[in-house]
Amino acid sequence: MTYPKGTLIRYTAATRVNHWITGACFVLLMLSGLAMFHPMLYFLSGLFGGGQWTRAIHPWIGVVLFVSYAGLVVQLWRDNLWNRDDLAWMRALPRVLANKEEGVPEVGKNNAGQKLVFWAMALLIPVLLVTGIMIWEVYFFPYTTIGQQRIAILIHSIAAIGAIIVWIIHVYAAIWVRGSVRAMTQGYVTPGWAWRHHRKWLRRLAATHSVGPEPRTDSDAPRA
Amino acid sequence: MTNLQSQDFVRISASTLTPPSVRDHEAEVAKLIDVSRCIGCKACQAACMEWNNVRTDIGHFEGTYDNPSDLDPGTWTLMRFTEWENDKGDLEWLIRKDGCMHCEDPGCLKACPAPGAIVQYANGIVDFISENCIGCGYCVKGCPFNIPRISKVDHKSYKCTLCSDRVGVGLEPACVKACPTGAIMFGSKSAMTEWAGERITELKSRGFANAGLYDPPGVGGTHVMYVLHHADRPSLYAGLPDNPRISPLVDIWKSLLKPVSLAGIAFAAIAGVFHWITEGPNEVQPEDEAKGRRLLREDDAR
Repeated sequence: MTYPKGTLIRYTAATRVNHWITGACFVLLMLSGLAMFHPMLYFLSGLFGGGQWTRAIHPWIGVVLFVSYAGLVVQLWRDNLWNRDDLAWMRALPRVLANKEEGVPEVGKNNAGQKLVFWAMALLIPVLLVTGIMIWEVYFFPYTTIGQQRIAILIHSIAAIGAIIVWIIHVYAAIWVRGSVRAMTQGYVTPGWAWRHHRKWLRRLAATHSVGPEPRTDSDAPRA
Repeated sequence: MTNLQSQDFVRISASTLTPPSVRDHEAEVAKLIDVSRCIGCKACQAACMEWNNVRTDIGHFEGTYDNPSDLDPGTWTLMRFTEWENDKGDLEWLIRKDGCMHCEDPGCLKACPAPGAIVQYANGIVDFISENCIGCGYCVKGCPFNIPRISKVDHKSYKCTLCSDRVGVGLEPACVKACPTGAIMFGSKSAMTEWAGERITELKSRGFANAGLYDPPGVGGTHVMYVLHHADRPSLYAGLPDNPRISPLVDIWKSLLKPVSLAGIAFAAIAGVFHWITEGPNEVQPEDEAKGRRLLREDDAR
């Protein structure tokens, strides 16, 4: 894929494909899961061909999501390591939310909010997988006691609601910060976007003459 | 069972609306199983299979008289045999006809996510409406008595219907009809409670000081009741729960978590909408582009 001249690559094609497989699975899991969670949302089971199909397909989509998210973790964990600046950024969150970013600490590849979304999902998805397998009646019923399954389904429900709320924050932030959706669909951002939202990342790219997404490691070390 | 009498449904699974209640005045029925009169002949099991037309695969001998060894999608009632040495050192052979207890407050119905897959009739019978069942197994987690069984063939949940089809046309359940000793009785719940009282008085006069009626209040009472010679220790009878109740975990999941979760999701979505309305999108400004481009150019120049 070619990117427009003068833009920076934010996410590689591999990352984008990986992300959208995860995203599609997440949406399908949310719809099928909510159908089995609340009577008022049971109509959503119609999207999957009825209640029996919803019950049958939900866990399989969950397995795909787990594998897909594991791929995202492998690709992106380095960008999401927590550092001291992240705490300062969190303290400045009210200014960020008010679209007044002057004086907010400069941000690298990801800001603290993005990192929290990443790690929240990295925690919740394995919890959902393990508890989900425990209540996957068709194949795994004999391996746990009914008492354990009651605990599993309660944790599964709570973790799922937590993940949905994290997802809402993630989607809204992408819509709110203009240019983010294009970064994950077409892969590129403008230098102005990088300057405004991820200035430290931009500085590192500039210093190593990289067009992104990562600074070049084969060039000279960044000059002071 | 099928959906024959929808106006009889006084409770419906996964429904937020008030079910039809015009017939909620009906006398509630009960089956009374007098354990002290049971001879373990399994006629009730055979009658259940015959009337309901269910069969199960031939299993394996497990070293007890229990046959088959457990409830399954085609075995809705099962004699469970316990050999118990009493305080005097004598052997007592305790035989209990296991099966759905038809709770007044059914845990299966509470846990079920499929609208109308589990219903309770005005007469108190709890029934599974197979066409609505999705096979998730939540009823198994909701049940305090470990009764429902999910079929591996059709992924539907099965259990005793209390012969709701027979009772609906004024007949007694098949097991009651077949019992040769009168150990299984059927009638209105009040009549059965009264009859149980007479039996308990007699058992006490014969030396069973702890004889009593098993109609556990933790599930609002049941529409299948036992007369036990050792009502102080129900668990002697092949693990009959001493104080059955819907698990608090199921309660939290089904009562508290549902509204709290929807409120939490709605709050997150509404917060987003109002943030958009008050603060608006965060857009890259022309000066950002200028500064960003200058930074890239400066580094390129060096």
